[in-house]
Amino acid sequence: MAVTALKGIDVEIDSGTFVSFIGPSGSGKTTLLNLIGCLDKPTSGEVRINNVAISQLDRKNAAKFRGDNLGFIFQNFNLLPVLTAYENVEYPLIMVQDVPKNERKERILSLLEKTGMLDQKDKYPNQLSGGQKQRVAVARALVTNPKMVLADEPTANLDHETAYRIMEVMRNMKDEFGTTFIFSTHDSKLMDVMEVVHTIEDGLIVDNDSGKQRGGKS
Amino acid sequence: MTKIFKIAFRNLFRYKRRTFLTTSLIAIGVILVIAFGGIAGAFKNQIVGILTNSVLADIQIHQKGYLSSMDNMPLDMTMSGGGLAKIEKLLEESDQVKAFSKRLRFAAMVSNFSQTTNARLTAVYPEMESQTCPDLPKRVKGPEADPAKFVKPGEIILPANLAKGLELTIGSDVVLVAHNKDGSVNGITLRVGGISENIMGPTGKDGYLHMDDAQSLLRIDNGEITEIAIKLKNFDKLDTAYEQLKLELMKIKGKSDKPMYEISTWEELSPFTSIARIIDLLIIVVRVILISIVLISILNVMMMSVYERVREIGTMASIGTPPRRILSLFLAEGFSLGLMSSIIGSLLGTGILFIFRVIKLNFTFGRMDISLSPSVPLSEVLVAILIVVAISVISSLQPALKASKLEPVDALRHV
Repeated sequence: MAVTALKGIDVEIDSGTFVSFIGPSGSGKTTLLNLIGCLDKPTSGEVRINNVAISQLDRKNAAKFRGDNLGFIFQNFNLLPVLTAYENVEYPLIMVQDVPKNERKERILSLLEKTGMLDQKDKYPNQLSGGQKQRVAVARALVTNPKMVLADEPTANLDHETAYRIMEVMRNMKDEFGTTFIFSTHDSKLMDVMEVVHTIEDGLIVDNDSGKQRGGKS
Repeated sequence: MTKIFKIAFRNLFRYKRRTFLTTSLIAIGVILVIAFGGIAGAFKNQIVGILTNSVLADIQIHQKGYLSSMDNMPLDMTMSGGGLAKIEKLLEESDQVKAFSKRLRFAAMVSNFSQTTNARLTAVYPEMESQTCPDLPKRVKGPEADPAKFVKPGEIILPANLAKGLELTIGSDVVLVAHNKDGSVNGITLRVGGISENIMGPTGKDGYLHMDDAQSLLRIDNGEITEIAIKLKNFDKLDTAYEQLKLELMKIKGKSDKPMYEISTWEELSPFTSIARIIDLLIIVVRVILISIVLISILNVMMMSVYERVREIGTMASIGTPPRRILSLFLAEGFSLGLMSSIIGSLLGTGILFIFRVIKLNFTFGRMDISLSPSVPLSEVLVAILIVVAISVISSLQPALKASKLEPVDALRHV
């Protein structure tokens, strides 16, 4: 039986903002992120990023669009276990964008330094803490210079202090690279760092809370 | 590409026990193929070597139609005169032929003056025969040490069983009685100059005598012979030499403008050919077993690998890895597993053959003392590796395609 996850969502996201969709479990946050992330297609309606109708893209072009324009951060970090921290960050540059070796090294080391993981670069994911894994995941999401980073419950598996630090790292990245960050979370404590917050309930956006009121400050 | 193989290798060693078991299974298959192929091949080659060096030679030439009535040893299908001279010239000028021996084969009765039995006799020029079948003189027990004189005029070499049955020893006199082609019966008294071990077992009735005695017995005065046995310089070029000689031989035509002679390789003359074919068939069967082992084990491992890593595949796909790269990643894994296993198996297989080669495998087959020194050509090792790698990639294809076609959103949800 088909279940309607989102109903009549109509939302515009400005580039270079820190946006969050909040709501209880099952409200449709992840589905919305999957639609924006070109991972899923709406049964009706359209998703456009920079005037590209991403919901119309075929499998191959959708993969290319994701590789060129989007970065992903997952609740469970989703690092590749056979690769070191350095290699995990390097992965999209080799397997997705074919970036030359010298340029790769420069970009990876720079991001690992900014995320505070430079001294852990040779460790495998199972040798890292949850917070460290997520920092590597942030570096991996940003290494391709994406226009937008989608983070699905990025702090759900982290303690509050670590979660706060990770958010700070992402906030710094946003400020430095002008990347749009879109979060889904039900962690209300993280609302302080958001510029725009949309509340979703039962597949509908029920409240738009402009970042202006929040001042976008952490 | 390097990175893909690096990831593939790390994924293989991530599941060490499973990879170890699969590698071992495939390696055992490769060892089986190489060791069995090497030993069976060495056995076959040795038997063929004994047969060709002791009795048959590599190639034989007969008068047309002789082969089909060979068991009757007819004396009215002989080679002589101009035709024979042409063949001799052809063989002397051929760069493929090392030596050849003219033979006259006939049936005769052998008597010790109180008992008589039948025998198949081959009259030879010992110098030519010892060069064409160099192992024949070695199988003759007698006082003569010079292989080129292993049978002298006035002497006969009798097979061991026949000599034993007639209570003959070296130096005994025997009477040989035979029909010639005109039907007249003639006899000659000869001295037993040697006792030969028959390579094909106790039923052997093959004796040897000097060509001069046979011509005297059969009243032959024009140099008639029934066959020419040929030893090649390089046995490996048997087929080429056969074709070349056949081509030239077919040019020698009789009065009816048809070829006068027929040419046969040892394969057409020996019942061992069937055994050799069975050995070749068994080698193929062992290879098919290896292919099955590789196919099933790699398919199993790769399917499990894909199933266990669905979320990982989802992550790779979601961050934009093109499906063809995901496909290559899993194909590289299957390729690496196959290559690694086949190299290990090849090294162990050739190592085992080397040990057998050093210690020698000695046994008796029929009346042949076999001492195997098995070896395997590099090409066969490479073929085994190639088969394993190719089958590994083929069996990885289905799981790899499945992985590359996974929808990232479904894969990420997979628990």
